[in-house]
Amino acid sequence: MVGKNCFAMASDRRLGVQLQTIATDFQRISKIHDRVFLGLSGLATDAQTLYQRLVFRHKLYQLREERDMKPETFANLVSALLYEKRFGPYFCQPVIAGLGDEDKPFICTMDSIGAKELAKDFVVAGTASESLYGACESMFKEDMEPEELFETVSQALLSSVDRDCLSGWGGHVYVVTPTEVKERILKGRMD
Amino acid sequence: MECVFGLVGNDFAIVAADTSAVHSILVHKSNEDKIMILDSHKLIAASGESGDRVQFTEYIQKNVALYQFRNGIPLTTAAAANFTRGELATALRKNPYFVNILLAGYDKETGPSLFYIDYIATLHKVDKGAFGYGSYFSLAMMDRHYHSGMTVEEAIDLVDKCIMEIRSRLVVAPPNFVIKIVDKDGAREYAWRESVKDAAVPLA
Repeated sequence: MVGKNCFAMASDRRLGVQLQTIATDFQRISKIHDRVFLGLSGLATDAQTLYQRLVFRHKLYQLREERDMKPETFANLVSALLYEKRFGPYFCQPVIAGLGDEDKPFICTMDSIGAKELAKDFVVAGTASESLYGACESMFKEDMEPEELFETVSQALLSSVDRDCLSGWGGHVYVVTPTEVKERILKGRMD
Repeated sequence: MECVFGLVGNDFAIVAADTSAVHSILVHKSNEDKIMILDSHKLIAASGESGDRVQFTEYIQKNVALYQFRNGIPLTTAAAANFTRGELATALRKNPYFVNILLAGYDKETGPSLFYIDYIATLHKVDKGAFGYGSYFSLAMMDRHYHSGMTVEEAIDLVDKCIMEIRSRLVVAPPNFVIKIVDKDGAREYAWRESVKDAAVPLA
């Protein structure tokens, strides 16, 4: 979700195999660099493989260009990597968020074959995406400060995952401003 | 049918696995050791397709040994787990291995650790984990009785509780289990829990 010169990314913490919960501390959001974050929902093995490939590509980019990737560029890279596997796809839906030039927040999501969906306000992915759309649409306000953005994102996440049996077991929220990254863990319904 | 489970204690990790080798309705043997000692301080408990299980774990064991020969130092448990996941992930879209793995190890710097690696190469570091139909019972018992920093006696007691639960509640419960432990003194067999004894086979 986008705020005033900042953005927040939130995920749940469940790692499950259909009905069985394996772990309640799974990290779904990863840092690519200080100003770009990637959240990967879907099949855990493909999320881990895709994350490793993206970090590899970004490190190569850093060596060649001697700078970090812009979030728009990174989103294009993710889209290209996903479409490469058009007929044998990675079963993940990524959410990309970053601070671009002049600290302007950038967010986008894509489907599992790389169809980008840019938005000005919020993007969602995962099994609870329909609930998340509803919760975010009703709670979102323009130009929220980081603290208010954190509250909004947390409430939207917790209320949506409570309606989905495959999501939940707590929450991870990252609030990123030009100067700092705040990571917080949410206590939610553990069921 | 195949039950594998494990947990992490205060400075050790324990894994237990059933020991039946089954093909459809026939039990070939009930003393098949499914927990391989990967190197001096690592254990790999594997369940799944028997051919894949043996071939894949031996492949990992030999590659871990090769690393130690080439580089003079052993891999950490996390490194071995990531290597295993990489091999499973590479094979996944071509010729997948149907093996579920619990990798337990002890490192001097970081202490004991347990890694859950399922057959589609999902890797996660856990305090307690289980595979198979037995997991429905052993995970529930561990959720109830596990706490961090357990002693060996408490952990063995919990492992025995899980085995009792599997024996009494799983319809095709395996009769025998093997328990192996890894701590600062290395990886070794701890005990067998047998209720059916196989006739000893003279080694070829």
